[in-house]
Amino acid sequence: MSVAVVMKLDLKGLSCPLPIIKTAKAMKSIYPGEYIEVFATDPGSVPDFKAWAQSTGNSLVESDVQDGVFHFVLRKKEA
Amino acid sequence: MSVATLDRPQVAAPKPQVEDKLTIFAWSGELDKIWPTLILATTGAAMGKETTVFFTFWGLFPLVKNDVRITGENWMQKMLSMMNRGGDEHLKLSKMNFVGAGPAMMGHLAKEHHVASPHELMEAAKELGVHLIPCQMTMDLMGLKKEDLIDGLEEPAGATKALADAQGGMTLFI
Repeated sequence: MSVAVVMKLDLKGLSCPLPIIKTAKAMKSIYPGEYIEVFATDPGSVPDFKAWAQSTGNSLVESDVQDGVFHFVLRKKEA
Repeated sequence: MSVATLDRPQVAAPKPQVEDKLTIFAWSGELDKIWPTLILATTGAAMGKETTVFFTFWGLFPLVKNDVRITGENWMQKMLSMMNRGGDEHLKLSKMNFVGAGPAMMGHLAKEHHVASPHELMEAAKELGVHLIPCQMTMDLMGLKKEDLIDGLEEPAGATKALADAQGGMTLFI
């Protein structure tokens, strides 16, 4: 990743709705344009992060999986 | 007719309805209803929606403090609280309750799968700014006082406030 990730969240093991709730809370603490990286194991988090980004206006710039861990990079929308 | 219509002053088109509000009417007090209610409320708030949960009828009992046992003024209200213990840690399942064995097993499974309990979600809801509003009329009917209920709730209100909050948003009745 070439972008500046200002926060990494390890949400492995957590189930719905905690990954989204914890990510939403963390997003409040960063500035617009900054990136946050999330690791989760809940398979439901794949559609959930996509829907969350769409409905909040934040961008989901990466969504992939490695060794059973889902990895997301989100960019906070401009104010 | 059509001429008259053309002569009418142009009125701005009504604003498109943006679903940025979520209002849940929590009518049921059971574990399998309060749990999804709190999951949806916390998620709604996390999605940036102005989220309100209006707790009414059986839905009011999960708001009773976990250490409050008997509530009410008269024998009927007291009996009600004895038969239907309040608190978000004493919820029953609507099916397969088995005198509490069902919820205990459900709690065990939830811990194993790192699913937040209703109690944890209630705390998260407060933290996320979900408006938790108890129904004043049911409180009077069931004999529940403000001091019987958990902290962090908004002022008890009536149906008008609940419907006014719900207006123009997404509404669920659980």
